[in-house]
Parts: sequence; structure tokens; C-alpha cells
Amino acid sequence: MNPRNTWKEGEDFQADGVGDVGSLACGDQMQIMIQVKDDKIADLRWLTYGCASAIASTSMMSEMAIGLTLKEAYNLTPAMITDALGGLPEHKFHCSVLGDKALRAAIDDYLEKQGRDNPFKKHVAKVICECKSVTDVQIEDLVKSGQAKTLDQLQEITEYGTVCGKCKEAVSDLFDEFKHIYNV
Amino acid sequence: MEQHIIYLDNNATTPMHEDVIEAVHEAHILYGNASSMHGLGRASAQAIEQSRQAIASLIDCSAKEVVFTSGASEANNTVFSIIREQIDLGSKRNRIITTTIEHPSIIETVKYLKSRGYKIDECPVDSTGRVDLATFKRLLGEDVALVSVMTGNNEIGTIQPIEEITELSHAVGALVHTDATQAIGKIEVSMRKMGVDYLSLSGHKFYGPKGIGVLAVKTKAPFTPLVHGGHQEGGRRAGTYNTASIVGIGVAAKLAKADLQAEHDRLWSLREMLRKGIEERIPNVVVNGNQQHCLPGTLDVSFPHAEGESILLYLDMEGIMVSTGSACASGSLEPSYVLLASGVDIELAHGSIRFSFGRYNTADDVAYVLEKLPPIIKRLREMSTR
Repeated sequence: MNPRNTWKEGEDFQADGVGDVGSLACGDQMQIMIQVKDDKIADLRWLTYGCASAIASTSMMSEMAIGLTLKEAYNLTPAMITDALGGLPEHKFHCSVLGDKALRAAIDDYLEKQGRDNPFKKHVAKVICECKSVTDVQIEDLVKSGQAKTLDQLQEITEYGTVCGKCKEAVSDLFDEFKHIYNV
Repeated sequence: MEQHIIYLDNNATTPMHEDVIEAVHEAHILYGNASSMHGLGRASAQAIEQSRQAIASLIDCSAKEVVFTSGASEANNTVFSIIREQIDLGSKRNRIITTTIEHPSIIETVKYLKSRGYKIDECPVDSTGRVDLATFKRLLGEDVALVSVMTGNNEIGTIQPIEEITELSHAVGALVHTDATQAIGKIEVSMRKMGVDYLSLSGHKFYGPKGIGVLAVKTKAPFTPLVHGGHQEGGRRAGTYNTASIVGIGVAAKLAKADLQAEHDRLWSLREMLRKGIEERIPNVVVNGNQQHCLPGTLDVSFPHAEGESILLYLDMEGIMVSTGSACASGSLEPSYVLLASGVDIELAHGSIRFSFGRYNTADDVAYVLEKLPPIIKRLREMSTR
């Protein structure tokens, strides 16, 4: 196991953008620092308190992200990263979502520091249930189309909240919100 | 490539002793059903009774109090099922007391029974994982049917004051069960001295076969079988005798008894060698559990800023086999409930590693771990969000 692009103590890495996600209490926390040149990720360093799957997927993500345009980097998904790794066991999938999230947070931070508009943010679906990778866009579509009339139906279709259960409240809030918006 | 293997996960399971392997192998020839009256049946029955004697001698009870089961989980479930029946039949004693750090075969049984409306209190433990006797006393009452407290904890090694607990419980007329699985072969386990009414143990934790265990039941204690269907074990546990495994656990029991004090001292010295070595070589470590009342082979350490599953896998690559309280390794995404119940900070629970020594470990193993572990922790801490 030889993770790449980790930040080493004392290294002078001038970050243009920094993204922090996760928490120590959940057992995984991630920080990503990026250098940007001509709207491309010129270089990247990361730190993580996390399990082997988190370390491996972040290392892979860092290799994939360097050289990408900001837009391409913003659209990296956990599935692309785990595919590049040759797959992860299902119950480990949620460990791989922090890396791309932190990368997006770093790009957001960069654009904000530059005082620029963020053209990517609204186009990207947000993962609400990390274990089953259920996004807000997916929930919105299911509610809007009437396929999920109740939370139980939504769970049957997406399997949200069936692993760690941490997303249940967030999903329920979103569900209510979309029901209200689309009046279904 | 031949890899050096340092097995430090003896609380999870132990390898079978070579004498046990040989005895089990030979016992497979005893194919007669031990319940049959003919010569082949009697030969099997005789081998089984010798094993029963060996178990009785190890845990200081009478041979007729020994009931063979498929393991400690079955033994634990049997005890709770006995009490459940007593309550169902209308006993005025309808409350059970256990602790927050029992083995899952108790914790999950308790959850199940609670969901069916049974009254169960889980006594909290102090920061070393020990039952606080003052709190325990407050929970006791004339309505308590059973008190179930493990002898020694599988994760942090903390040994409970079973004799005191039994005395207090018996004073209010409650029955007492202890799951002694982790204590067997490491410390003296005497059913008579502890005074308990029920005691569980499992063969594979002391160099015996897997899939065989014991529930020892005091002659006068209530009993209802969990498995109905035959007259085996004096009608207390149905199912054709598992002759070979019973022979195996008997041999393991003899070996455990013969070496008890020497093995205790040896395990403790290895454990202490590792503890001191880690504290000398690695800054900022936290040793979990009770350092006075501890199973001799168990060392549970938290490494802040290094995540447990990562440590485990890095050690695994060096051939060192340990276990962790990290959520990532549990499949449940929750860190060790034992550590959390002992008031250990959630981050420290995620970064905990259990080293558990056994009969085949040596001082060389400790030296090897002390050589490999510090750079792993250093590396993980370097790449950690601080």
C-alpha cells in the first residue's frame, strides 16, 4: 500500500483551494488541497483520517484529477474512482465518496477565493445516502414522477438508509420538500 | 514467498493444540452413536464421559453439571431461554440484569427479548470496563430473576468481580450466569468459588475445536432445553453427540488446567512487554481497559490520528494479525460498543487495536511487532488530517 500525492510534513504546498469534508467521529475525515493553472488541476495534495478503502480511493482520485480541467474534475464520481481501483466491496463503497466530495469542496473554495461564479455547483447531483449513493436529483425525479409516493416506496426503489441509516433524516426532509414543491 | 505470521488475535479464536488435533482425528474412528447400547456406542459414550470429567475438573464443578453445546453462543442463549420460560410461566421475578459490554450473543439476545416486552437492565461499567458495584447494587431487587455478567471481556480484557456480584445477587434471590469464554485457560475459573449458577465456555478459545462449547448448570438451578428432541445430555440438550469435538474439548481442558499458572504468567509478561514497548516507542497512545483486573493476554490500545482498519491492514501486510474496534472493520459502520460503553472517546474507539496473545506467541513476536508498528503509526499520522 503506497498512497500517492499525500501532503508530507514540512512540504511547502501553496494551495489555491482547500476542501474539508467528513468528521473524526464518523471515522473518516478528508482534506484536499489543489493548485490550479489555466483552469486545470495542476497539482494536488491530500490528507485523510480514514480506513484503507478511503486511502486507496483518494490516492486513485488524486492520480485521476491531476491534469483535468476544473469541470472534468468536478464531475468525477465515486463510481469512476472505484472502477479505476478495480472495485470495492459493497459495504466499503461509502468510504470512497469522501475523496470526490472533498475535491469539489476544494474547487468551490478556489472559485470563491477568486471571486468567480461557480458554474458547476448546480449541475452536480449531491449524494444524500452515501452507502447506496442516492442523490438529491434521483429523489427529486422519483417524487416528481410519482414513482415514490411514500418514504417506504422511495426506500424500496433506492434502498436509501438501509446500511448505516445516517441519511434517513436528510432524505425525509428532502422528500417533504419535493412533495411540497411539486405538490404531489 | 513464505511470510512470517505473527498471530495476535487469540481472543477471536485459537489454533487447535496438536494433542487436540490428534485426539479429534482418532476420535473420528469412534463412529458409534454414543446413545446406542452396543459396544461401539458404549466406546463413544465412554470417551464423552472422560471429556465431561476433564471439563468439570477445569471449572471446578461436578461432571453431571456439564452440558455440551455447539458453543458459548448457544450456551448463553439457553440461559436466557430458561429465564424467559420462568417469566412466561408467571414467576414474580421478571427482570434480568446484564451489562453494557457483554458479548453480542448476550447483547443481541437482550435486544430481542426487550423487543418482546421483557424487562432487562444493562448495568453500566466504569472507564476501565468494570461493573460499578454501587450502581449494580441499586439495580438489584427482589424482582430480579437473573444476573448475567461476563467473567472477562473479549475486547479490553477487563475482569469482572464475579464473586461479589454473585454474593449480592444471591442475597436477593437472583440466579447468576457468567460467560467465562475469554477467561478459560488464562485465569482460574472456578464455578464453586465464583458461586454462579450457570457458566458458559467455548472450545475454540482455548486450543480446542470450533463448534463445541459447554453450559455448566448447578444441579438445583432451573433448566429448560433450548434444543428439544432427544434424551442426550440428560435431556438437557438434544442432538446426536458430537463425539470427536467433545473429545477435543476434553483434551484442551486437560492442557489448560495443567499449564494454567505458567501460561497466565507467560501471557502477562508478553502483554506487558508489548505495552511498555509501544509506550516507549510511540508517542500519544492510550491503553484501554483495566490494568489491574485484566485477562493476561489482552492488550487494547488506541492510536489517536491513526484509523484502526488502516493500522490492521498495514500490520496484516507485515504478517501481523490483530483486530480493531474501528467502525470500518465492523460492517456496521459503528465503532466498538465495548469501548464506547467504557466512556472511550469515539475517535479513540475508531483508532483502537486489540493484540491478544496465546500459547504459541513468543518474545520474538513482540520484538517483531515493536519493529513494524511504530513506522506504520507514523506513516498514518503523517497522512492524517490533524
